[in-house]
Amino acid sequence: MELREGAVKVGSPFLGLVNQRSGQLIQLCYHCHKCTAGCPVAFAMDYGPDRVLRMIQFGLKEEVLSSSGIWICASCYTCGTRCPNNIDIARVMDALRQIAVEEGVPVKERNVLLFHNLFLSILKRTGRMHEASLMGLYKLASRDLFSDLGIGLKMILKGKIPLLPSRIKWRDEMRDIFERNG
Amino acid sequence: MEFSYYPGCSLHATAVEYDRSTRAVFRRLGAELVELPDWNCCGASSAHSLNETLALALPARTLALAQKEGRDLVAPCAGCFNRLKTAEKVLREDPVKGGEIERVVGFKYEGGFEVRSPLDVIAKEIGLKPVKEEVKRPLEGLRLVSYYGCALVRPPEIVDFEDPEHPQLMDLLLEAVGATPLAWSYATECCGGSLSLTRADLAAALVRGLVTKAGEAGARGMVTACPLCQVTLEMRQDGEGMPIFYFTELLGVALGVEESKNWWGKHLIDPRPLLRTLDLGD
Amino acid sequence: MDSDGLGSGGGQFRFLQCEVRGCWRPWLCFCYDLGCSRTSLPPSKAGSNLKRSMRKIGVFICHCGKNIAGAVDVERVAEALRSYPGVAYSIDYLYICSDPGQELIKEAIAKGDLDGVVVAACSPAMHEITFRRTVAAAGLNPYLCEVANIREQCSWVHRDDMERATLKATQIIETLVEKVRHDEPLLPLTMPIVRRALIIGGGIAGLQAASDIAAAGYEVILVEREERLGGRMAQLSSTYLNFDSTVDLLSEKIEAVTRNPHITVLTRAQVEELGGYLGDFKVTVRQQGNDEEYEVGAIVVATGYDLYPQERLSEYGGERYPDVIDGLEFERMLSPRGPTGGEIRCPSDGRVPQEVVFVQCAGSRDPERGVSYCSKICCMYTAKQAMIYKMQVPQGGAYIFYIDIRALGKGYEEFTQKAMEEHRVLYLRGKVSKVFPQDGKMMVWGADTLSGKRVEVAADLVVLATPMVPSAGAFELARKLRVATDEHGFFSEAHPKLRPVESLTAGVYLAGACQAPKDIPEAVAQGSAAAAKVLSLFSQEKITHDPIVAVVESELCAGCGICVEVCPYEAREIHPLTKIAVVKEVLCQGCGACLVACPNKASHLRNFAPAQIMAMIEALA
Repeated sequence: MELREGAVKVGSPFLGLVNQRSGQLIQLCYHCHKCTAGCPVAFAMDYGPDRVLRMIQFGLKEEVLSSSGIWICASCYTCGTRCPNNIDIARVMDALRQIAVEEGVPVKERNVLLFHNLFLSILKRTGRMHEASLMGLYKLASRDLFSDLGIGLKMILKGKIPLLPSRIKWRDEMRDIFERNG
Repeated sequence: MEFSYYPGCSLHATAVEYDRSTRAVFRRLGAELVELPDWNCCGASSAHSLNETLALALPARTLALAQKEGRDLVAPCAGCFNRLKTAEKVLREDPVKGGEIERVVGFKYEGGFEVRSPLDVIAKEIGLKPVKEEVKRPLEGLRLVSYYGCALVRPPEIVDFEDPEHPQLMDLLLEAVGATPLAWSYATECCGGSLSLTRADLAAALVRGLVTKAGEAGARGMVTACPLCQVTLEMRQDGEGMPIFYFTELLGVALGVEESKNWWGKHLIDPRPLLRTLDLGD
Repeated sequence: MDSDGLGSGGGQFRFLQCEVRGCWRPWLCFCYDLGCSRTSLPPSKAGSNLKRSMRKIGVFICHCGKNIAGAVDVERVAEALRSYPGVAYSIDYLYICSDPGQELIKEAIAKGDLDGVVVAACSPAMHEITFRRTVAAAGLNPYLCEVANIREQCSWVHRDDMERATLKATQIIETLVEKVRHDEPLLPLTMPIVRRALIIGGGIAGLQAASDIAAAGYEVILVEREERLGGRMAQLSSTYLNFDSTVDLLSEKIEAVTRNPHITVLTRAQVEELGGYLGDFKVTVRQQGNDEEYEVGAIVVATGYDLYPQERLSEYGGERYPDVIDGLEFERMLSPRGPTGGEIRCPSDGRVPQEVVFVQCAGSRDPERGVSYCSKICCMYTAKQAMIYKMQVPQGGAYIFYIDIRALGKGYEEFTQKAMEEHRVLYLRGKVSKVFPQDGKMMVWGADTLSGKRVEVAADLVVLATPMVPSAGAFELARKLRVATDEHGFFSEAHPKLRPVESLTAGVYLAGACQAPKDIPEAVAQGSAAAAKVLSLFSQEKITHDPIVAVVESELCAGCGICVEVCPYEAREIHPLTKIAVVKEVLCQGCGACLVACPNKASHLRNFAPAQIMAMIEALA
């Protein structure tokens, strides 16, 4: 049956998938918007947390996975703490990020994904974070060398950014874990 | 008193003054902190954003180390604390997922120890009265606001740390050492720390809001218990510059820890002008 | 004088002379404190117990349309039973519960001189009462009629194997024939009724119930915890829909109750203890240190509600900030005798609020906080409060944050529309996330889902519509009354649809908000409904109680007292003189706990004697 212009076909396995990955029951949401009302970064999102949940309920997979909201979420957990239906929305956001990456959906906030990928790749090699590599590589990859240069230098001079990474002994097992659970 | 100690990556780098002040204060109060051998990164926000298994396995391995040592584990970094408590809850309550994590890491969770924040240990276990009795230089006249941030207080069913809307421990500690913690309504509003590098504009907007409100409440400085908050609040401030302290640094000053004067040089926003007006800087 | 049971089948039954009146009883009885309320055995078709083993039993097998006959070959079953020892008559019929079906039974009893009946049909929960009445009408003791369940326990679950279903049905009926063979012709126990009612709670529901019962001429004792009557309604300013003053509405009612010679009003009083049972409760009421005992036949619980403690709404700052109040505090402020003379003011500094925010669902519909239910009245009273504010401060701004509007009564929808249309109250659909002080005002961070925007209001006053919860002490009272409560602590009604004002404890009725959140008209209706139940009880001559109760074998009883501890109905005690266990039959519910607990097996249920059960088991062998 043909859908009219702008109409949406409701329902798909997407709700079940997100429920399973996030461990939450998104169908419990009754759209009171308390989450968006308290979210510190909702003003910058294309779709606030309540919208995202509504879209998941409708099975609007493409729209949700390509939204910026899911990457801007700061994981402050204010939403889940206040939700009357006890839905941990920050975890839903995590699940959506993971699904977006797995499905190769074009990511709206590329820098955020870039950062997380760099973080994990450094971790895989050393076992502990090496800020110097992280910040350096991030700035290079995001083509933004100069914005925090002053601060970066200041920190190095104050001895807050060790130039050599510390490698832990457990790093071989750690690499295995990374590889097996890639 | 003896505790296992998990500094986490930032305390060895951008939050080195938090590490030093925490160790100094614990020592002064008669508690020993034993760093966990060969500890690994907890995964921070990157792990839980991209890989659920890693997000639990990394902190779980730290718990395995702590279990071997058998002591309660003190984790000053609020982010690490949050991840450790999350892994702890899964291992304690979810036999399916917990079993999977145990297999990945290669250990069996038996418990017998708690993951604690240093705020909790100092205020509750060591106690406010003993701390008060040790005060050598009361921080009189120092008007501050306590900024708890997000990861330390939420989600309440995981971190089990006070009322997430109105936490009090830091304020009580500051009061006990003679400072003036002021009432304000933004103590648990997010600073945007996890977006500090990737969306610096958002972090700056949030920090601006917080610093303004702190100023309106009459504060001359802000006190935190999270390395990411402290760095973000310093890095992303525009304007005069409100100093951001770690609570352990102020405790150190009040308890008369000699080396405290060396911590200020590490800050991006020098707190010494403020401290000197109250004769506390050196 | 004792004498042994004559021709007793299992050696368990004796004849004993009752000490109280000297009547001969075919079972053990020490009715010392109950008064002998039983009459002697009627001359019935049952004859004497002598011929128990030679009973003439009629078996009536129902087709139940296709329900039974579709899976069980009922004609073959009837045939098989015809040759079973003791069965004098066996027939199958289409619908035995119908009038002709019942006639069939009556005729068979008369013609065949039957002294036992087994009806093989649906569950006894359906028609046991019907068939027992039929049998009684034919002159046979109703407890000599048993129902064999060959529908729920046979035909409905074995539709696929007619052969085995038929065999199973036959066996089920045979066991019931064995039971009937040894059944005693019991008589229902009768109990006296004290025609006086106790009403716990002097709010609107309690006042209504008291008035109605007293109007029929019966005595009422009204117990109220506070020093005044009127309950929560007396704390309100005015009511929706017409803004009638509650003082006016109540004063007449209270006047009528206090003046009524049939009603004894006890204020500053509480129920301390309760004993007894339907028709004869013994209540101890404590009034300012003095205890007094009353005997009543029925109890109406009308203990009302409290509001959810607002300090638990941490993100809204309840009890923390003076300018955040709940619905009842707002009502108190409107009282002309209150601290502001009835004017709406900010509690912090007394100024007139220019912007008032009302937060609906502040704690209700919130499974995370344990209050999953909707508190029913808040949408209505919030609209009322907002309109009262606008009438006092016409240039002020009133905002209501809601999730849904539930306006379910007559004229209710129009009332809420009036708030929006006439009084320009702004309704915002969204739940408030945080309320905190800023620059002398209360900042409210909310959202409006319909426009998709976040909404922030700098309010002078914030009113939280918190849920109704059962009033303090309700749980303890429920324990004393032995009435069930639900998971939220509200008193449980006997059936949610068909028995809203009765509890499952006989003689205890419920009215008003103690049973669930509701508003005044509903509380009044329930008060009257509970009164009607009480009056129908009082209008009966006497109350009967099912006689399938426990019995004690005095020779086997060692007086250990375990059964007394175990009985959930406090229906057993150790006789002070004979030192053996005695059953208070009117309290016994036939649950069987004492049977299991007794180490000597000295107790059994009437018509469920061990010999009977054994006979039933052996019939299957």
